[in-house]
Amino acid sequence: MTGGARLRVDFIACDGRGLCAAALPELITLDDWGFPIVSGPAVPPRLLADARATVRLCPMLALRFDTGR
Amino acid sequence: MTVGLLLAGTLPRLLPPEPPGPVGLAGHTARYGPPPAVPGRRQRDALIAEMARAGLTGRGGAGFPTARKLAAVAAGHAPVVVANGTEGEPASVKDRVLMACSPHLVLDGAVHAAEITGAAKAVMVVHRDVREIIDEAVAERARARLDRVRLEVRTAAEGFVAGQASAVVQWVQRGVPAPTATPPRLAQRGLRGAPTLVQNVETLAHLALIARYGASWFRSAGTPAEPGSMLVTVLGTVREPGVREVAIGTPVGQVLDLAGGASAPLRALLIGGYFGAWVDATEVLARPFSAAGLAHLGAGPGAGLIMALPVGACGLSETARVMRYLASESAGQCGPCVFGLPAIAGLLERLAEGRGANLGLLSRWLGQVDGRGGCAHPDGAVRLVHSALRTFGAAR
Repeated sequence: MTGGARLRVDFIACDGRGLCAAALPELITLDDWGFPIVSGPAVPPRLLADARATVRLCPMLALRFDTGR
Repeated sequence: MTVGLLLAGTLPRLLPPEPPGPVGLAGHTARYGPPPAVPGRRQRDALIAEMARAGLTGRGGAGFPTARKLAAVAAGHAPVVVANGTEGEPASVKDRVLMACSPHLVLDGAVHAAEITGAAKAVMVVHRDVREIIDEAVAERARARLDRVRLEVRTAAEGFVAGQASAVVQWVQRGVPAPTATPPRLAQRGLRGAPTLVQNVETLAHLALIARYGASWFRSAGTPAEPGSMLVTVLGTVREPGVREVAIGTPVGQVLDLAGGASAPLRALLIGGYFGAWVDATEVLARPFSAAGLAHLGAGPGAGLIMALPVGACGLSETARVMRYLASESAGQCGPCVFGLPAIAGLLERLAEGRGANLGLLSRWLGQVDGRGGCAHPDGAVRLVHSALRTFGAAR
């Protein structure tokens, strides 16, 4: 189940605060306007806990953790 | 299925042979025959299967198989139908022409879509230019006690993204024409939480005819993979710009001929709409107007639009103008779209004016905008720019 886990950004909700990129630079960078770019198709197992923590950190609740539907 | 009053393979199907103004109920019934019988609950699956056999796809631009949407919505509890006659695509007029000439065909389609999905209501969201025509047609049907399905009419919001399916639902629900995040899909949770079928008005008109005459009749025009006819708005450098109905797969050059032919030598065509793609005129004129026929050129029929650009006109400035428009038409919800599209438009303007633009930066920004919105608005804009660079770019 965790094999398909990925981070998704709800760009309608996202405000470009940038906390996610600071918290999880391994997977999230910012574009030229400060909005997150999630790299890679799936979250590697070693980063799962960090990814979950980052999702909770987003003040706009715009970062979502999809466990593969 | 009734034997078709319309001969198989003959066009036009949707538009009256001579456009005299809106066709009233009597003229409509004389041409197409009475509407199909109201299906019982047990017949719904068979009718959806007939739509699948017909191979009808959405005529609003996305080309999604109609039967799959019908089946998804029919599976839900107490669904609702929304007929999308917003026509936000600025250069397109085909939905308005259809609603103005054949209002009852569109209404038949909305009613039938409601019947086969089990919806009690269909909301007609129509461009303001045709609001009175649709109101009058709905009143005429009410006087004739034609429909069991309740028909509501709403004037559509203006603007490019207002026609996006979830934006139409938001417009009806709370008066704000802005797209919402997916999931949930509208077929599961749409208008006020109900499973919602949002279908373009031309798609509904085709659906009404398939309900009357059957899948085989529908497939007698078009190609085996992309059956049926479609409405096309032809404009730009042609002698008689306007809306034409063509069999899918008709060579692009023939579609132009239906609009009087090119009025000057052509450099390129914008195909599909502002969300479409530029293609070199010499490469495309002999190609079939279909998804399969245009795919290798990076184009597709989209919302049924062909805009002809003459030799000597600047394709890049035309694209810069369209991009500036698309940037201004962002719903303003998503950062990459809000900031990226104006930035890209600015670079294109510099490029078109020969002031020198950083192509590496352009490519970077196109990548940073693509696929990063709540709707496909930025994606479509990016596709258009890529096609402009291919067709008019410095490489050529």
